[in-house]
Amino acid sequence: MYYFARLARDVEERLVILFRQSKVIGGLYRSLGQEGESVATAYALERRDAVLPLIRNMGALMTVGVRPLEIFRQYMAKGTSNSRGRDLNIHIVHLPDEDANEPVIVGPISMLGDSIPVAAGIAMGARMRGKPRVAMAWIGDGATSTGAFHEGMNFAAVQRIPLVVVAEDNKFAYSTPISKQMAITRIDERAASYGIPHELVDGNDMLAVYDVAKKMVDRARDGAGAQLIGVDTMRMQGHAQHDDARYVPKAQIDEWSRKDPLTRFRSALVERQAGSEKDLDDIDRMTREYAAKEADLAVGEPMPDPETVSRGVYAGDDFAVPRVELVRSPFHQLARP
Amino acid sequence: MPVITYLEAIRQALFDEMAADERVFVMGEDVGAYGGAFKVTDGLLDKFGEKRVIDTPISEAAIVGSAIGASYMGMRPVCEIQFIDFIACAFDMLTNFAATSRYRNGAGAPIVVRGPSGGGVGGGPFHSLNPESFFLNTPGLRMVEPATAYDAKGLLKAAIRNDDPVLYFEHKFLYRRIKDEVPDEDYIVPIGKAAVKREGSDLTIITFGAMVYTALDAATRLEADGVHAEVLDLRSLAPLDREAILQSVSKTNRALLLYEARRTGGIGGELAAIIAEEAFEYLDAPIMRIASQDAPVPYAPPLEAAFLPSVEKVIAGAKKLVEY
Repeated sequence: MYYFARLARDVEERLVILFRQSKVIGGLYRSLGQEGESVATAYALERRDAVLPLIRNMGALMTVGVRPLEIFRQYMAKGTSNSRGRDLNIHIVHLPDEDANEPVIVGPISMLGDSIPVAAGIAMGARMRGKPRVAMAWIGDGATSTGAFHEGMNFAAVQRIPLVVVAEDNKFAYSTPISKQMAITRIDERAASYGIPHELVDGNDMLAVYDVAKKMVDRARDGAGAQLIGVDTMRMQGHAQHDDARYVPKAQIDEWSRKDPLTRFRSALVERQAGSEKDLDDIDRMTREYAAKEADLAVGEPMPDPETVSRGVYAGDDFAVPRVELVRSPFHQLARP
Repeated sequence: MPVITYLEAIRQALFDEMAADERVFVMGEDVGAYGGAFKVTDGLLDKFGEKRVIDTPISEAAIVGSAIGASYMGMRPVCEIQFIDFIACAFDMLTNFAATSRYRNGAGAPIVVRGPSGGGVGGGPFHSLNPESFFLNTPGLRMVEPATAYDAKGLLKAAIRNDDPVLYFEHKFLYRRIKDEVPDEDYIVPIGKAAVKREGSDLTIITFGAMVYTALDAATRLEADGVHAEVLDLRSLAPLDREAILQSVSKTNRALLLYEARRTGGIGGELAAIIAEEAFEYLDAPIMRIASQDAPVPYAPPLEAAFLPSVEKVIAGAKKLVEY
């Protein structure tokens, strides 16, 4: 988990550099401060489960094995990217053969609440095919206010669909604070009216997040229907790089800075003698170098051919869509907890 | 050949496709035990069970959204929108999610979204819509609307087998009023092909759905006055059969565009543009649109009659074109 969380942060650090060099097209959305919960929730899944991440779930994408190169290609709108420059940031889709031991990955569209009904349909469809998968969908506090979220949650509850929703209270939806988003203080209580089991967890404590996520994923897989994990965390930067987040009180940032999930997880690992400072330093170096190398590879790749602009709108006019390349971490043979 | 209603033809297509392909299932409001608001899905639950005939909450976004997800997993969902007016509640899912999916990531979303459309039955503002123009500007969707029982069955089969999201508008005025010969054996009506319903030489009435019958009635009466109107039933609205449109207009040299949706911003504008761009030199008269009034669909029969296109309006329009 530490490797994936570090990798997510380092990939984003490289993206910041590319953004400043004007190599990233459009906006860059950081998940700084949220890498931990993103990794720890995805880590509770089995390999062939489905994930529907948001823009701030770089951690989940790294955990299910998306090669960082894919992310750099996407953010730079390269012709080699999964969307071939048609769509931005982490909007990638991977639909493996139904018997393949690979994750289903369906990136969001910008109407983020839409991921919930689609996730419900993925888990329902896989169940109908007799090839069940748990679907995990992440959703921010802002998108829990949408109608699509409500409809999808309710439908998943009624149909007892194996869907695990990770509702991230990261304190702001763009500039709107949680108090103007909902009149409840615990985001997980969104689930109550659907009859969906829910828990709130300290999102910056990766071990606590993992424990709750594992329990929920196991329950969903065992037929207990949809589950919701409320995650208490903080978006440590603006909505995107252009946003200086002046609406966030400094005290709030200071408070959450002391709760950085990676720092905390690192201390916990050392404390429990699960790894030495040197081991963890080695991982830091490994992820930093890996991210840099992947970014360099992507920079040199070509932009899409303008001639292809209207290709592939309809079936029958398909042209090659690069598959999302999946990789295993150097530690994948270690037993999971 | 058996003669069946338009409605029965739709039901037969659902039965056949579900029996032939285990991936096909239906979902929607009251489609199961009740058999649908118009009884289109009557009998499906008994035959296929509740795993393949899913009664949903009143949640059009969830119906279409979960259908997209299920289609990603290899299923072939057919969603019923109880009245097509409510497709507005799934607009985002259709236009932003389903329609862009293949273009963005090569992920086709083979779903069918079907439902009763059209007026003439006293349905009022929210049970009478013809929504095609809402979607005409959204590449990635296909749209069809049959006028005959034969086409209803063949187009629905084609829609279910199509690898793109297909909007299938069935005109509720035709459900039990229209009967024609429909084979029991398997066939499809290809999406994208119009049909000449009546041959003529003086003008072409280009139309679809229930307006096909308005056009045919008008053409019969025009014949008595020596005006030979051709009637072209589009059947598919996306993609449009440009070849059939241009072929007919270049033969008759006059085009009357008849559609039941509101006039402004309707499909007639697109048809007019195609003809003006590609067959201008063939035209002997201006292109004419006859459509509903630019107002919400009214409820009272005299208001709705004034609102909708009529045989009289088509006859008057056709004569004006011929005399131009």
